[in-house]
Amino acid sequence: MKILQNVGEYFILMGRTFSEPTKASLIRKQIVFEINSLGLGSMGIITIISAFMGAVITLQTASNIDSALIPEYTVGFTARQSMILEFSTTIIALILAGKVGSNIASEIGMMKVTEQIDALEIMGVNSASYLIVPKIIAAVFINPFLAIWSMFVGISGGYLVAEFSGVVSTDAFIEGVQLDFKMFSIYYALIKTAVFAFIITSIPAYYGYSVKGGALEVGVASTKGVVTSSIVILIANYVITQLLLI
Amino acid sequence: MIELRNIHKSFNGKQILHGIDVVYEKGKTNLIIGASGSGKSVLTKCTVGLIDPDQGQVLFDGKDFTNMKLDDKKDIRKKIGMLFQGGALFDSLTVEENIKFPLRMHASMTEKEMQARVNFCLGRVDMSGINDRYPAEISGGMQKRVGIARAISLNPSYLFCDEPNSGLDPSTAILIDNLIKELTEEFQITTIVVTHDMNSVMEIGDHVIFIHEGHKHWEGTKDTILKTTNKELSDLVFASELMKKVRSLG
Repeated sequence: MKILQNVGEYFILMGRTFSEPTKASLIRKQIVFEINSLGLGSMGIITIISAFMGAVITLQTASNIDSALIPEYTVGFTARQSMILEFSTTIIALILAGKVGSNIASEIGMMKVTEQIDALEIMGVNSASYLIVPKIIAAVFINPFLAIWSMFVGISGGYLVAEFSGVVSTDAFIEGVQLDFKMFSIYYALIKTAVFAFIITSIPAYYGYSVKGGALEVGVASTKGVVTSSIVILIANYVITQLLLI
Repeated sequence: MIELRNIHKSFNGKQILHGIDVVYEKGKTNLIIGASGSGKSVLTKCTVGLIDPDQGQVLFDGKDFTNMKLDDKKDIRKKIGMLFQGGALFDSLTVEENIKFPLRMHASMTEKEMQARVNFCLGRVDMSGINDRYPAEISGGMQKRVGIARAISLNPSYLFCDEPNSGLDPSTAILIDNLIKELTEEFQITTIVVTHDMNSVMEIGDHVIFIHEGHKHWEGTKDTILKTTNKELSDLVFASELMKKVRSLG
């Protein structure tokens, strides 16, 4: 019952968020701020995680190939497919759900308990639109770039492992990376990233916006926002994959 | 002038407000007093439209705010300034940006005109020169004054103050009270102050209403409150030894 209530309230909030847009001049400034805060602020962690992910995929694939019948370029091919189809989209989205999601829920939650949202409403401002729309637009815009960066860094990480560990030759790795490349994989990854960006921002925003009480409730909302958005990302991942790839 | 007619409100089946009727006059400081949980804040939130009453009407200069379309409500809200208990300044904006915020939203002003208005409002609350500071960098009393500056930036017709003195030292509290009173008279604003502070009642209470268990239990002025025979009001107002002495003196 509580889940249904939350779903209903979430859609009502989203309806309110997009029904009365705030002045474009104010939103524009906020979007630039959020792109910097939510997107560029995550570049460091995405770079580190993607580089090591690509490196480990390369090592694991190489160490698990025992048969001489399996060509060496399979390592590069696997690293590319894994990074593009899942790691740079879903795993990065889950990491961002933790980092960005908790940030959004606690920021909006604190604004709620310190009456800053009431102050916006009193001024005749649609607080949902003013606070949530810039975050959603910024994330949906910048996250696909982060995903592409993650793919590049991950595959580069795999290449460096090939170069320095010698588990696979760099020529074979590059051949695998280029083998049977389909541009649709990138489109699929970017569509997923954009959907996940919406989830990562809107669900924690809902939990932050619904806070009643004090600092304790803000913490609870932050946790709920991260957990729920992570679960919804996994469900959406399945649905999008079924729709686009099967 | 703001008029409340038969305001009822309940939450989860518990009746909080029981048919409150009151008129807040223009150019006067109207104080709402009552014990914690008596319904003061709910009444104020119903008045400004943050909560919809279950029954009754709120009229701003004769216009029925409760049954207005959203766009018309926005027009009324542009005329409302509100000082919140904790200031409710936007953490991510400087003092100057906080005061400019309502101007950017609703006024057609150039950057230069906005700057002049910000400086005027800050000057009016005796806070000139702190334009570039963030709310976290100023004291509670200064935050309240900046909150007042933001509330008056659009030249409001109605000013709401939710416990403006809470958490302030006595001299700053008196300063804030006097500021509210001066602004009310200077700009002929209809001012509503929710307070627990009996000093405020005695200083600025042109019109005082006492809310007890969701009912309007008493109505009067700072002069008549000293002679009240209402038991519940006496228990609240004359709870301290100081107020008992004030009563015995006069």
